[in-house]
Amino acid sequence: MDMMRPMPLPAVKEGAAPENAAIAMSVRDLRAGYGAAPVLKGVNLEIREKTVTAIIGPSGCGKSTLIRCLNRMHEAIPGATCDGEILLGGRNALAIDPVLLRREVGMVFQRPNPFPTMTIAQNVAAGLVLNGVRDRALIAETVEKSLRRAALWDEVKDKLDAPGVGLSGGQQQRLCIARALAVEPRVLLLDEPCSALDPIATGRIEELLIQIKDQLTVVIVTHNMQQAARVSEYTVFMLMGEMVEYGLTRRMFTQPADKRTEDYITGRFG
Amino acid sequence: MNDALYARRKKVNALMFALTAACAAVASGTLLAILGYIAWKGASSISWAFLTNLPKPVGEHGGGIANAIVGSAKVVGLAGLMGIPVGVLGGVYLAEYGRGRYAFAVRYAADVMNGVPSIVVGLFAYALIVHPMKRFSALSGSVALAFIMVPIVLRNTEEFLRLVPGTIREAALALGVPRWKVTLLVILPTAGRGILTGALLALARVAGETAPLIFTAFGNRFADNGWLNPIATLPHTIFTYAISPYEDWHNQAWAAALILMIFVLLVNVTARVWLRPSSGSSH
Repeated sequence: MDMMRPMPLPAVKEGAAPENAAIAMSVRDLRAGYGAAPVLKGVNLEIREKTVTAIIGPSGCGKSTLIRCLNRMHEAIPGATCDGEILLGGRNALAIDPVLLRREVGMVFQRPNPFPTMTIAQNVAAGLVLNGVRDRALIAETVEKSLRRAALWDEVKDKLDAPGVGLSGGQQQRLCIARALAVEPRVLLLDEPCSALDPIATGRIEELLIQIKDQLTVVIVTHNMQQAARVSEYTVFMLMGEMVEYGLTRRMFTQPADKRTEDYITGRFG
Repeated sequence: MNDALYARRKKVNALMFALTAACAAVASGTLLAILGYIAWKGASSISWAFLTNLPKPVGEHGGGIANAIVGSAKVVGLAGLMGIPVGVLGGVYLAEYGRGRYAFAVRYAADVMNGVPSIVVGLFAYALIVHPMKRFSALSGSVALAFIMVPIVLRNTEEFLRLVPGTIREAALALGVPRWKVTLLVILPTAGRGILTGALLALARVAGETAPLIFTAFGNRFADNGWLNPIATLPHTIFTYAISPYEDWHNQAWAAALILMIFVLLVNVTARVWLRPSSGSSH
């Protein structure tokens, strides 16, 4: 099987076919690892604009490494290596300043990590304020807009000056999403954002992801195949550092092309 | 047979328990004993006049330690102004950028410095400041105390910065914030309470140091006269008064010791109460 290029995408009947969407990011022959140990062994991928792409696979398959390469958070780990090509709207993401790249490609992490010294409003505004924005009206407007997009505004609008860490786990994670949205990234990466949350909090986050994708591109790593099926249009299945299958989610979950994908989805391993 | 063995074990257990409890009582009782004894000996000599008057000439009865209180505040304050920034920034280096041999050497040197006898640090400050300037001075005393503070503050800062979860650092980096701003505006404030507490404890520690001041600040029976002249300090005044042949001075030494103890205790309690709500980590 030719793994050097993404699968041809099958034609689907229902709805607007998102395979015609423009490419937000493309990954070519990406090799990454820690020290001498390779984790990604040549991944190719095209992420379509204003869609949700889910990355699934068993633990240790490299899905977190892959998503962390996309905004070069991977490099923050000492000894990490990254080779290949990542394009963001035609620009080589590996050549531009990672600080600037991260303003366009935001990230939400596994565990909610609001800044413990900051209030709810300060947390949301952090990306602006830390980068020198002083305009109070603009900050207040961005805080409200971002909290609304993260479906948290109604719950916190009366306590914007309370500490961010005082919220529940699910609210904290939505606060982190609002914080990431506030700098208006083109792509939002989420690395297992619901793994520390209960099903209700998880449901809220899934709903908001489906809502925000009309304005930006979402890439989500998840352990949970039902979650991938619920939120994503595209799914990437990774196994031992390789991309095994990539395609429309509904196609992959009903008619996987690869035997290994079928085994994983039907719970035969992983 | 088995019953006898079990009974013996129970006895040994009770004995060892009593022994450890007794040792714990000795350890904590020392503080109470010191406090109680100093309060008993010193309280009677403390008065408003004692706190606000200058020492009387030798041979005259009475007088106070106002100059030593002011002197200690000045010498310790300047030592903090010099030692805390160096210690904090060095700690930031070790925690945020410190890998490899150089960092190992810095860390090791700081730990060794913590164990260097304070009188040796005093000698070093003497050679560094007093000798070239040809005068004892408040400045040289501050420099000696700052040398003692730096390794304490540095290692404490490093420890508290390391307690900041890596996820906080990642969150800030992922917002497209440059590394130096992440360290300065996110990581340092997150660890701020612990760092400040460590700095306060270091101040309290050097406020009681006597040896490094003997041939730097030197002591003075007159009012404070600027940074470049000998200056009285509380621990040094206690030392001179305690080895003097006068009964009156002995009493004043006890009273001055009580003042110093109260100050050190206040700073300690403040620092610890302050630390508690944020992290709950013991120090």
